[in-house]
Amino acid sequence: MSPWRSGCSGGLAALAAIIALLPLALVNNYTYEVAILVGLNAIVCVGLNLLIGYAGQISLGHAGFFGLGAYGSAILTARYGWPSAAALAATTAAVGLLAWAVGRPILRLRGHSLAMATLGLGIIISIVINTEDRYTGGPDGMSVPPFALAGLTLAGERVWYWVVGALLLASVWLALNLIDSPAGRALRALHGSEVAAQVSGVDAARHKLLAFVISATFASVAGSLVAHYSGFITPSKVSFLHSVELVTMVVFGGLASTFGAVVGAAVLTTLPQLLTALKEYEMAVFGAILMATMIFFPRGFVPTLAAWLARVRR
Amino acid sequence: MSMLEARELSREFGGVHALEALSFAIEPGRVQAIIGPNGAGKTTLLNLLSGVYEASAGSILLEGRDITRWPAHACAAAGIARTFQTPQVFQNMSALENVMVGAHRHARAGLARALLRLPGFADGEQALRARAAEQMEFVGIGAYLGADAGSLPYGAMKRLEIARALAAQPKLLLLDEPAAGLNPTETAQIEALIRRIAVRGVTVVLVEHNMRLVMELCDHILVLDGGRWLAEGSAREVRDDPRVIEAYLGVAKA
Repeated sequence: MSPWRSGCSGGLAALAAIIALLPLALVNNYTYEVAILVGLNAIVCVGLNLLIGYAGQISLGHAGFFGLGAYGSAILTARYGWPSAAALAATTAAVGLLAWAVGRPILRLRGHSLAMATLGLGIIISIVINTEDRYTGGPDGMSVPPFALAGLTLAGERVWYWVVGALLLASVWLALNLIDSPAGRALRALHGSEVAAQVSGVDAARHKLLAFVISATFASVAGSLVAHYSGFITPSKVSFLHSVELVTMVVFGGLASTFGAVVGAAVLTTLPQLLTALKEYEMAVFGAILMATMIFFPRGFVPTLAAWLARVRR
Repeated sequence: MSMLEARELSREFGGVHALEALSFAIEPGRVQAIIGPNGAGKTTLLNLLSGVYEASAGSILLEGRDITRWPAHACAAAGIARTFQTPQVFQNMSALENVMVGAHRHARAGLARALLRLPGFADGEQALRARAAEQMEFVGIGAYLGADAGSLPYGAMKRLEIARALAAQPKLLLLDEPAAGLNPTETAQIEALIRRIAVRGVTVVLVEHNMRLVMELCDHILVLDGGRWLAEGSAREVRDDPRVIEAYLGVAKA
């Protein structure tokens, strides 16, 4: 058994247990809010890890897909009166299609062209959202109606916590299923030896495109949920900086580790909240923690820890 | 019809001719060797035939079909499998999964079926696993079914590559120095393995420096020198060919 698989179903159960038990430690609405934010970021990172960790490609525009999801759902529900579920489905499909259209020509090229292309795409999306104020409210943002399904409205931190928790579990399950399938083996093979994978019949461009499209849709879904959850969105979440934050979360947690992506999202979402007490030193300490992690956990948090545990057990 | 035919095949790297106007045919059902001194262009030729490199000029026909500009994965789908001089195993995967990747073009799991674990997915995976395990047993590394590919000894890694190539059920198998780095016992085992592969009806082409192995095993030998066709024929014909002797041993200037 390869190392990731043995911990796979056990990991899913552990994650479910953590999500189920965490409310015992959540004392007020603010802590719930942070937990929900962690869950939504984790959904984006689980998808992004498929791209970075498995397809070996970097996207610097995932905040753009996240933003398109948020604004797509916001505009369709607030301006056109669409039901929120329909808006979510249409937005996700449209973002997937956009990722496909952008990724298809680029992923035929070797190297890191995708990073450049997504950087550009992210900036374009950010500019469009900032300037098309008739639809988006521009830099002032816009309000979003709550998510309603079959007459039920999702409201309150506790309800959202369970919804996001369930969706996080679902996205981890989907990612693990993908990785342990012919397509996932193809991706891992490309990572191991691109030339050997290709002569084994793996179409590199096609599989990288698949990972890119899936990661974009994960980001879009999380964006749609954020919009409905917060009830008000601004272009700040669509910035280049947020794209870099998302990549950092994945790298911190550990490349090619689905649970690492969750841990990375959890640590890097809560850390700034804990560090606010440090006031102006917040970013400096944050940076120092990141550097220390990369020095002491060079393969990322979870893979390094797993390797260490395996050594200890032996 | 020939299994594979190369016509005036050339490849240059920045003005250096690695292969020049090479024409030859590979007949089905045979075990053929490509030999030649270092730098003769043998590995370049395998890279062209498997679609890893693109030809600068000339054409490649697989059973009469022009595959010259096909990318590597399309060549694989058309029935060409290969191994590498230095084993290229997927070290981040188990040995069995390596071989399952070889069967990639036979995997019939749709994406939705895989993502949502719909009925039929498990059966498909089970069939792939069984097929991969069968190939591992066939090449004699059944003991490593559950092992991490990176932990295999060198000889087993070379066999793992062959198992992965066979899992694709190729028509044509290209082996790049299958005996390199192996001791005499292992070399004899590889020789027996190649014979058993040929019995299955797979056409085998090998690039090899071990002349004893080549002479024992191969029905037909193509000799390259400096990127050009030098000689071709049976083991005896090639061995006695003065041009081949000259290329290998050099000739004293009078």
